Amino acid sequence: MTAIPSSLSPLAALRRLYRQPLIAGGVLLAYVALALLLLLNLDRRDVWFPQYTMLVFPLIVFAPFLVLESPLPTLAKGLSLALLLGVAVPLIGIYDSTYLELMIQISIFSALALGLNIVVGFAGLLDLGYIAFFAVGAYIWAVFTSVADTIFRTGFEFAPLTIGGNTLIAGFNVAPMAVAGTGLITVGSITLPLHAFYLFIFFGVLLAAVAGILLGLPVLRLRGDYLAIVTLGFGEIIRVLFNNLGEPGNITNGAQGLHGVMQPGSAFLIDPVNGIAGVMGVTLRTPAPVASQMLFYFLAIGIVGLIILLAQRLDNSPIGRAWTAIREDEVAAIAMGVPLVRMKLLAFATGAACAGAVGVLYAAKQTFVSPESFSLLQSINILAMVIVGGMGGIKGALLGASIVTLLNLHVLTNFALQINALRNIDYVIPAGSLFLTLALVTALVLYIIWRSTRSIYDAGQQLRSRLTGSVITLVLAGLLATRIVDFHIADWPSQLTPDKYQRFVFGILLVLMMLFRPEGLLPSARRKLELHREETVHEAEDIPDLDQRKTDDDFAAGR
Amino acid sequence: MTSLLDVNGLTKTFGGLVAVNNVTIQIQARSISAIIGPNGAGKTTLFNLLTGIYQPDKGSVVFAGKGLVGLRPDQVNAAGMTRTFQSIRLFHNMTVLENVMVGMHARLRVSLLQTLFRPPAFGRQEAHVRQRASELLRFVGLGGRGDEISRNLPYGDQRRIELARALAGDPKLILLDEPTAGMNPNESETAMNLFRRVRDDLGVTVVLIEHDMKVVMGISEHISVLDYGEKIAEGTPAEIRSNQRVIEAYLGRRAASEHPPLPAS
Ligand SMILES: Nc1ncnc2c1ncn2[C@@H]1O[C@H](COP(=O)(O)OP(=O)(O)OP(=O)(O)O)[C@@H](O)[C@H]1O
Ligand SMILES: [Mg+2]
Repeated sequence: MTAIPSSLSPLAALRRLYRQPLIAGGVLLAYVALALLLLLNLDRRDVWFPQYTMLVFPLIVFAPFLVLESPLPTLAKGLSLALLLGVAVPLIGIYDSTYLELMIQISIFSALALGLNIVVGFAGLLDLGYIAFFAVGAYIWAVFTSVADTIFRTGFEFAPLTIGGNTLIAGFNVAPMAVAGTGLITVGSITLPLHAFYLFIFFGVLLAAVAGILLGLPVLRLRGDYLAIVTLGFGEIIRVLFNNLGEPGNITNGAQGLHGVMQPGSAFLIDPVNGIAGVMGVTLRTPAPVASQMLFYFLAIGIVGLIILLAQRLDNSPIGRAWTAIREDEVAAIAMGVPLVRMKLLAFATGAACAGAVGVLYAAKQTFVSPESFSLLQSINILAMVIVGGMGGIKGALLGASIVTLLNLHVLTNFALQINALRNIDYVIPAGSLFLTLALVTALVLYIIWRSTRSIYDAGQQLRSRLTGSVITLVLAGLLATRIVDFHIADWPSQLTPDKYQRFVFGILLVLMMLFRPEGLLPSARRKLELHREETVHEAEDIPDLDQRKTDDDFAAGR
Repeated sequence: MTSLLDVNGLTKTFGGLVAVNNVTIQIQARSISAIIGPNGAGKTTLFNLLTGIYQPDKGSVVFAGKGLVGLRPDQVNAAGMTRTFQSIRLFHNMTVLENVMVGMHARLRVSLLQTLFRPPAFGRQEAHVRQRASELLRFVGLGGRGDEISRNLPYGDQRRIELARALAGDPKLILLDEPTAGMNPNESETAMNLFRRVRDDLGVTVVLIEHDMKVVMGISEHISVLDYGEKIAEGTPAEIRSNQRVIEAYLGRRAASEHPPLPAS
């Protein structure tokens, strides 16, 4: 007997319906209208506000992906996206500027994920120090415009370097260069208006690209885990460098970081923002910060848009094909005329450039930059975004960045706020709903056990695994069930609020991803193939892998 | 007649093992030559030396008047010498057409600015690449299968893709490493015809490593024999067939595997 055709499953039927442009358009419209309606009616004073916002705001964030996955004609998609990102989001942002902040963060991380995706997803070069390029971008703006007492503001006197009476390096003075807080940037004898910010985005791109090449050069012959370790080291070196450049000449203000970093002028947005707020019936007590957030929001999505274009064009070109070839088989690629060195450096440089651009933006938006923001954890964070979304795909990187950022900055934070709010009113969860939750969680765990043991071929072993897993789960659930009583939220230990185990939730998410969807949520077609191939890999034995040839000294000397 | 490829005194050692020992070979332009020898004779290593995958310890490689020693593999490819691999090394998850397109890389203008700003020249080049790749696929008998994922094609067709990919760089000379390995006599016959067409229609000089004596004797105009890294004989198929050292090298090896190893003389 044949299995039930997949078209009969309700999910597939829904998908089929969504493939009709008219229906999809209607669904989208209803979806966005509902999300907006819900969001604009939230009241911060409501005890349940954190829970509502936690659930409702992601609807808005995911709307663009629904548009992208819809069968609408390209023009309609473009228009919908423009309306969503150019009108709906700013309106929401004026209503409540925390949403604008979230959108900026999502955009910044999207840019980073897209850039890292070029290196890891396209060219297959695992980079664990990617955040360093973000730091380079951030510092180049911060160093020149911070109010901290760096040598650029105070000037600096280098003492002559003498050893045994011989002067090796004569002393010299550096005159004060940057005058912060004046609305002008002074570098040496050149005075730039604050609009130079936009020029600095460009500098950030250049400098990060150069840093990318500097990283690329020593790791050209490394692959896989070796590459990961060296890039990890590189990321740490950059961070430690910024940490230590506070002495003897104070360039980065060391671990204290650079505060009072200048922002590009956004006064021209105050009137429009106030106007729109008036129409919406919202009064803004302080319109200036909203205007500045609005500017950063549009800059950020502009940069993301440019990076998407960049990534698409690269992917769809001889360069993109060469990268894929390198990822698939380095030896074959180089034998077919692909210049490995050039192509790898290009991947590192373009990937880094994306981070550099958005780094400048980040420094200005935060008005504060310190080495702490550029830790290894952040690099891993961005890598996780790429993995969750689906390596090698552009939409995937965007979705990964959105999900992980939402989770970190919105969902878990609001969950914690909700618990606090309920603690204060001594809210009691009735035992009935706890039972229900327990039943649901148990069912979910059983399902996961069932699914994750599918790949065990030995029928007996599969049965044993499933039985033990299920029995343990059910016993635990049963034990818990006997303890369930009406629960006072106030009894929940404050050490256990959800935002404190961000990493834990995150880790679980990654583990589940790798178990059920290793190719990511929106994988590129090719990645999917790579991960789901039946094992007919042709192992080449006539040429050892390039990294094994490290021992071959002539190769080491040659390149 | 001047030769297209001039290999002189090429030597390569791996630790104590002399894999290629003082090998001198000339390849005439527009010829089909074979390199034969027992397993482990150093044939593949010779190809790796020629294409820049390995650097020789000694010796010179002059190709179309240009010294190749010290060049990287991609530079060798750009100079007009290309190859296939003993164990197929396709870009398995790329489409058949994309595989061939990658083979043209060295002949393309690859510029970041052009890629990003897409002037008309970029579009023209991409169209040309696509068209040329399809032509080559038709040439090797895979016309119309360009959009398939190369991993999904049967073994024999994968060898064809590899050939088309190598030909995409407009080479003067192509090195084929055991191109008919694993084929049945029928398939070998078709493959031989294809190699002849590579030479006759495209004007590409062909050098192949082969174990199948039917193929070797049927197609090559010139044969070089390697044994323990050394060239022990060369000549026309008729000369090689009757060469005593060659017979010994093949038979001797077989005899050695049947009896306890003899002390080296
Ligand atoms: N990278 C390497 N390191 C060490 N030894 C090697 C290396 N490459 C090849 N060899 C050795 O060199 C010798 C020649 O190998 P090669 O692959 O060139 O033989 P071949 O003539 O192609 O044999 P076959 O007909 O089996 O393909 C073998 O003994 C092999 O083990
Ligand atoms: Mg071989």
